Amino acid sequence: MTTAAIKKTGNTWRVVDIVVAALIAIAGGVIFWAWSQGAGIVSAPMNAVYPPMTGLIAGGWMIPAVLGMLIVRKPGAALFCETVAATGELIMGSQYGATVLISGILQGLGAELVFLLLVYGNFRFRSFLFQKYNLAAALLAGAGAGLFCGLNDSFLPWGWNIAYEAGDKLAYILFCTVSGAIIAGALSWIATRGLAKTGVLSSFASRKAASEPVFN
Amino acid sequence: MAAAHAGAAVAVRPAAVSARGWGWRHSGRSAPAIRGLDLEICPGERVLLLGASGAGKSTLLHALAGVLGDEGDDADESGSLLIDGVAPREQRGRSGLMQQDPETQVVLSRLGDDVAFGAENLAVPREEIWSRVHEALDDVGLRPAGGGGAGQLALDHPTSALSGGQKQRLALAGILAMRPGLILLDEPTANLDPAGVLEVRDAVGRCLDKTGATLVVVEHRVSVWKDLVDRIVVLQPGSAAAPAVLLDGPPDQVLADARSVLIAAGVWVPGYVPATRARSTAGSGALLLAAEELAVSRERPRRRGFKSVPPLPVQEGISAQVREGQALTVAGPNGAGKSTFALTLAGLLAPVGGKISATVELSRGAGIDPFRWKADQLISRIGTVFQEPEHQFVTGRVLDELMFGPRHLGHGEERVDELLQRLRLTHLVDANPFTLSGGEKRRLSVATVLAAHPNVLVLDEPTFGQDANTWAELASFLSELLDAGTAVVSVTHDQEFSAVLGGTELRLDPAFGSGAPLEAGAA
Amino acid sequence: MRVALNLRGNHALLTRANPLAKFAAVFLITLVLALSIDWVSATTALVMELAIFPLAGLTLPLLWQRAWPLILAAALGGWSTAIVAADSGAVMLDVGIWSISEGSLQLGLGFMLRGMAIALPAILLMTCTDPTDLADALAQKARLPHRFVLGTLAAMRLVGLMAEEWQTIGMARRARGVGSQGSPLQRLRAMLGQSFGLLVQAIRRASRLAVTMEARGFGGSQRTWARESTYSLLDIWVLLGGLLIAVAAVFAAVGLGTWSFVWR
Repeated sequence: MTTAAIKKTGNTWRVVDIVVAALIAIAGGVIFWAWSQGAGIVSAPMNAVYPPMTGLIAGGWMIPAVLGMLIVRKPGAALFCETVAATGELIMGSQYGATVLISGILQGLGAELVFLLLVYGNFRFRSFLFQKYNLAAALLAGAGAGLFCGLNDSFLPWGWNIAYEAGDKLAYILFCTVSGAIIAGALSWIATRGLAKTGVLSSFASRKAASEPVFN
Repeated sequence: MAAAHAGAAVAVRPAAVSARGWGWRHSGRSAPAIRGLDLEICPGERVLLLGASGAGKSTLLHALAGVLGDEGDDADESGSLLIDGVAPREQRGRSGLMQQDPETQVVLSRLGDDVAFGAENLAVPREEIWSRVHEALDDVGLRPAGGGGAGQLALDHPTSALSGGQKQRLALAGILAMRPGLILLDEPTANLDPAGVLEVRDAVGRCLDKTGATLVVVEHRVSVWKDLVDRIVVLQPGSAAAPAVLLDGPPDQVLADARSVLIAAGVWVPGYVPATRARSTAGSGALLLAAEELAVSRERPRRRGFKSVPPLPVQEGISAQVREGQALTVAGPNGAGKSTFALTLAGLLAPVGGKISATVELSRGAGIDPFRWKADQLISRIGTVFQEPEHQFVTGRVLDELMFGPRHLGHGEERVDELLQRLRLTHLVDANPFTLSGGEKRRLSVATVLAAHPNVLVLDEPTFGQDANTWAELASFLSELLDAGTAVVSVTHDQEFSAVLGGTELRLDPAFGSGAPLEAGAA
Repeated sequence: MRVALNLRGNHALLTRANPLAKFAAVFLITLVLALSIDWVSATTALVMELAIFPLAGLTLPLLWQRAWPLILAAALGGWSTAIVAADSGAVMLDVGIWSISEGSLQLGLGFMLRGMAIALPAILLMTCTDPTDLADALAQKARLPHRFVLGTLAAMRLVGLMAEEWQTIGMARRARGVGSQGSPLQRLRAMLGQSFGLLVQAIRRASRLAVTMEARGFGGSQRTWARESTYSLLDIWVLLGGLLIAVAAVFAAVGLGTWSFVWR
């Protein structure tokens, strides 16, 4: 898929874009919910040993942002999906209370800004490398979401790590960013290619994701 | 023709459809889904659309519903397709579409809201919306409370608690509330049990008699719709030379003229039961698996503090035996826990009460309780084919899919070739399983489970929504398996299918009223 | 999960308030509590929140059922704060990278209580707010674009179905020989495969649902609403209640001298 073809389908959201993006976010919520039943086994020892390490599994919560964008490829998809996912978490009962919405919006924004700069933004300086929804874009978007997640948790009043010492905050933010890139970025990219092969993406610009080049 | 059906003072203007050399190619596809369609449908006519899969029936319905066309610029349209002389996309609400999967025909979670949804989108004033909602619910037999009579549903009744047939009638109500002149039904009853099929068909008939709207319905099972329509149009996969319409005329005439063509295309022509292989043995009858006083549920025990609370069973007191070379058919209405029982028997759900025991012939040292077997122990003993084939696909390629079981077990790879040929999948070995047609997916899902060579095969509604060709193939294949000594347990509403397999029938009826969806209205 | 999305049978007072008013009250409490980590403001708010749970239609067993995972999470958060926060006062425990001092323990305790005081109102909010009413309010009163609001609402209806499908896919894959037991790595792989299966079904369903919605005329710019989202006198009381909890928490903490601003 070339950028020209992406432009052809336009930047306006169709009904199918909205519903599919929302359901991806919600399915993500169901997966996290199932995951969290087993995630305690991983996160409890992390918490007990060195709490900032929990940042390493934070990427799981940012999958909707990157996956949603890689699939529907419309401006705002990352922000929309992550906000919907956070709303779902709020409805199911979140330990973060209403602040989960703020975290969701910020994480989505982190990924969204990367896509804005790299893919659909109308900037003169964008390099040829990032004009596509390729692996690099996915990794960076995931990292962007992770970075914003780390910043939110460490510096905003409701952040759970607000009382950490500076060094621990830095460690946590780094862990989040790496986790965002690997779990949210790479996994979403792999999933999108897998989904494209099944044919379910036939009405989206991402339908040829499986045959797109990995790097450029 | 229109006058014959036209109802009393209802503000519906039946729509006319006109296609001239119309064709559509979906974006990303090289061949058009349909091409060269010339078709005129008069206001008030009721048309049944038949044809092999791939003839473009669904594409035509989607186009008439005005939902084709924003899939990107590389989609391609030729000729013209008009409703009352105007493109369908320009006049939303002029037609209403019902699709196959009841779950996605419901939009909102409250009964009344869902019916109102279409009218809201057409910017109908608020007061009028609610009068339309009441009328539409009444028309489809889902009367809202306050209308008098038993079995009323409240306007805030949760739509998730409706049965499949009720969901489709609800969808019909949502369509009626838009007052469309053209009603489009795309295999509306393919996912329903026999009771649901009639429920929906009759509701459609009543509403058409009342409104006089034009109808176009796509459906494999001709007998369901034959008496309701006054015209049958048979489509064929279009080519540059041949027109899209193969035959067109009154139902009896078309069914007589096109009988052989329709049968070849897998259409369920009335009075035709596909030929199947007859069983030659009765089986040795060695006991493999027995259920005693079994209680079943899909829910797991809930944890309340430190206590574990068992779930309420959807069915209990089930006793059954599974024997080598013999068929066991599980029948009964929806909500009776048939599938839940089959899944429990297959070692996939833990029994809530009673017990399941595998004999030594089956367990071969793995233990008496199938639920405690490891996954690879299970698949070489009991194979389960789920209703939705896609749920069972675990790889991205047909051949890998078939090799998956044997590779895990470390033996049986030689059987794969035979299965590929026997189930006509050889030409598809490199395809992605998810991209296959419905019939191909069904055949593949049976083949993948059999590749692990289980002694017991459990199938959940294997013939649901299948065309006559796949049906016959499947029934013959299973009869062969039975003769070779495999035990076959099938959950099915399909009496012809269970007749082919023979054996015993276990009938389950809803217990407690807990698992069954609330039944209401005139069914 | 399905239970959480269905309000039928809940006729408590707060179910009749406009969702936006309830959201505003909850956000007010949340943001004010977030400004300080101290046990007094958190406890004050927590006690007041606990006093109003029957108004949201919760019973004590239901409240416990929903709240205990959050208490556990808040305790973990308190623990991590206690061992990672900067030490002050007498050091009580110092093992390698772990250190707990009087100051950090107090911080951890305050953090845990604050976490609970922030999580609880959100639980109350969602117990007495139907997603349909929330969507009505967001589209009609907050003027968010209705296509996005209703598209999301329609997708949310499928969450119960998705949860069921998750279970079915798990069984279907076991019937193919994919075990959910084994090493953590095997389990992770099984989990990823199951997630992929769910995603495929989610996208198929969503695409069909979108066709259904479009075929019912959805997607245009003009639409009417069968039910109007309205404000009532109750909403003022809800806002005042939120304000009261927030103000009481601040006054108690400042009065007792425990208020400790997060950005010191």
